[in-house]
Amino acid sequence: MNIIVCIKQVPDTEAPIRIKADGSGIDDTGLTLVMNYYDEHATEAGLRLREQFGGTVTLVSVGAERVKEALRTGLAMGADDALLVSDPALAGADHLGIARVLAAVIRTLPHDVVICGKLSTDDNAATVGAALAEYLSLPQATAIAHLDVDGGGAGAVVHREVEGGVEVLAVPFPAVLTVERSLNEPRYPSLPGIMKARRKEIKTVTLEHLGLDAADVGMAAARATLVRLSPPPARKAGRIVEGDAAQAVSAIISFLKDEAKVLS
Amino acid sequence: MDFQLADEHRMVQATVREFARQEILPRAAALDHTPVFPSEIIQKAAALGLMGMVIPEAYGGAGMDPVSYVVAQEELARASAGLQTIITVNNSLVCDPIFHFGTEDQKRRYLPRLSSGASLGCYCLTEPAYGSDAMSLRTDARREADQWILRGTKAFVTNAVEADVCIVYARTGPEPGARGISAFIVEKGFPGISVGKVEKKLGIKCSSTAEIVLDGCRVPASNLLGEPGSGGKIALTTLDGGRLGIAAQAVGIARAALEEATAYAAGRRQFGRSIGEFQAIQWMLADMATRTDAARLLMLRAAYLRQQGTRYTREASMAKLFASETAMWVTHKAVQIFGGYGYIQDYPVERYFRDAKITEIYEGTSEIQRIVIARNLLEGHA
Repeated sequence: MNIIVCIKQVPDTEAPIRIKADGSGIDDTGLTLVMNYYDEHATEAGLRLREQFGGTVTLVSVGAERVKEALRTGLAMGADDALLVSDPALAGADHLGIARVLAAVIRTLPHDVVICGKLSTDDNAATVGAALAEYLSLPQATAIAHLDVDGGGAGAVVHREVEGGVEVLAVPFPAVLTVERSLNEPRYPSLPGIMKARRKEIKTVTLEHLGLDAADVGMAAARATLVRLSPPPARKAGRIVEGDAAQAVSAIISFLKDEAKVLS
Repeated sequence: MDFQLADEHRMVQATVREFARQEILPRAAALDHTPVFPSEIIQKAAALGLMGMVIPEAYGGAGMDPVSYVVAQEELARASAGLQTIITVNNSLVCDPIFHFGTEDQKRRYLPRLSSGASLGCYCLTEPAYGSDAMSLRTDARREADQWILRGTKAFVTNAVEADVCIVYARTGPEPGARGISAFIVEKGFPGISVGKVEKKLGIKCSSTAEIVLDGCRVPASNLLGEPGSGGKIALTTLDGGRLGIAAQAVGIARAALEEATAYAAGRRQFGRSIGEFQAIQWMLADMATRTDAARLLMLRAAYLRQQGTRYTREASMAKLFASETAMWVTHKAVQIFGGYGYIQDYPVERYFRDAKITEIYEGTSEIQRIVIARNLLEGHA
């Protein structure tokens, strides 16, 4: 089975985020960047399909040279190959632009299934996977929490967690799947896997290699522009209720009723 | 001069840090309060490649370099020094000597099972009457046909209870001191070996420490490790590597104490402000951080020298000496910053304080390290 996994490098969710003074983006100096957590689950799903059906897992990403670190994490987990599209002309590309670039790369690779994380933890758009399926003209199942590929590898039955229940869908392969974190538990990269990943060459391609024009996928093609990024408001300090237990309880109850309005 | 860890070292660090955060840290306090051998975590660590880190993949190891080794050991010890002890002994004191001094047959028989977590190793050098004076050990080995018959008692053996592969040093010849000593690979299944008294300890509680009793233990001649009479050399070479693991353990403990104390100092309020605003606390934190960094740099230098294949005995001893005394000092200050809360088991710093002490004692006391360093300095000046 030819398995493609799309991954993104994002700021570590535990790292403090600083915003550039002009609000144009995140200040990434000294920022720890990691593979998007959802993409770890996508990689794990790909590796499990390979264990079941044989074949290869190829990782694909779009971004700067340092994105290779995230690709190496996936190689260390056990992926066979990795490919990065890196081009300065992609600065300012929007989600649809990135999806078009991914589609162009994936068209050059044999693919029975394309797996993405449901969303990336940096901008929460949940757009690229769905758009990618459209650009590739493939069926899609998004935010899947359960994956059951039929014995012949011709298609899958997937579960989606929807409000108040579970939606069960059947999709024929080739298809694009985007995954929930509840789908699986990603493996740790093994230390020998890290060494293999380090030796592995990661091929970098540019828009020109893919026959793409920056005017179609770069900033000029972006249908949305970032106006400003601002930090969330600082959390207010907590309030300490003084007095004996009886007084404190009644003070807290009146707070919950009258101010927080969570009790009636 | 480049003070950056290489990419693969940073990946090892990130992987082991995440493993420690997910798998070890949530259980570290419980493993100290109610010590049980953490076999489930050890199996997961083995799956990652942490049990035979520097052993080549051909023998089932992870094929990593000594810098990766110390980086990983620091991360493990940051979460639980007791758990890291189990792992570093298996790596440095058991896999290493079998790899460096074993026959091809011994490497094939023992390294894959020790690296995969199927077996666990222990190291039997110290005896009740011979600690720092290890080269005077009395355990006796006599050749009978194709077997060696071992008699004696080994003390303070880490992993003694759970291990099934033991590196045992015994006297095979009449020569005094190191020259009469040979090393053996002894399986727990051989007749005549048993676990003696199990010790109750101040710290590193989830690792077992016990006597190993050899009562006419029959060891096949094919399990002699290295040449007869080379045991002293094997022991000392092995301890150079072991000291890297203990230096890393001490750095991990010191870092744990520094991180906890810094967070506490920032949050704890007295006299209307955080105690981190008082210079008395700031000076402690500054010194704790400076010494911890210095210890880590000594550790990395020793590991780097080992990687280069140059002699690193002095540097390993310096790293072990300075890191262990740093761990003791830093954890002592961390308890002081926590005040009363540092003295109770609801917070982790009293555990760090108790765990730190062993690093000044095992694999050569601080006094022995100073002797090693001084003799090394004076070599060639005689």
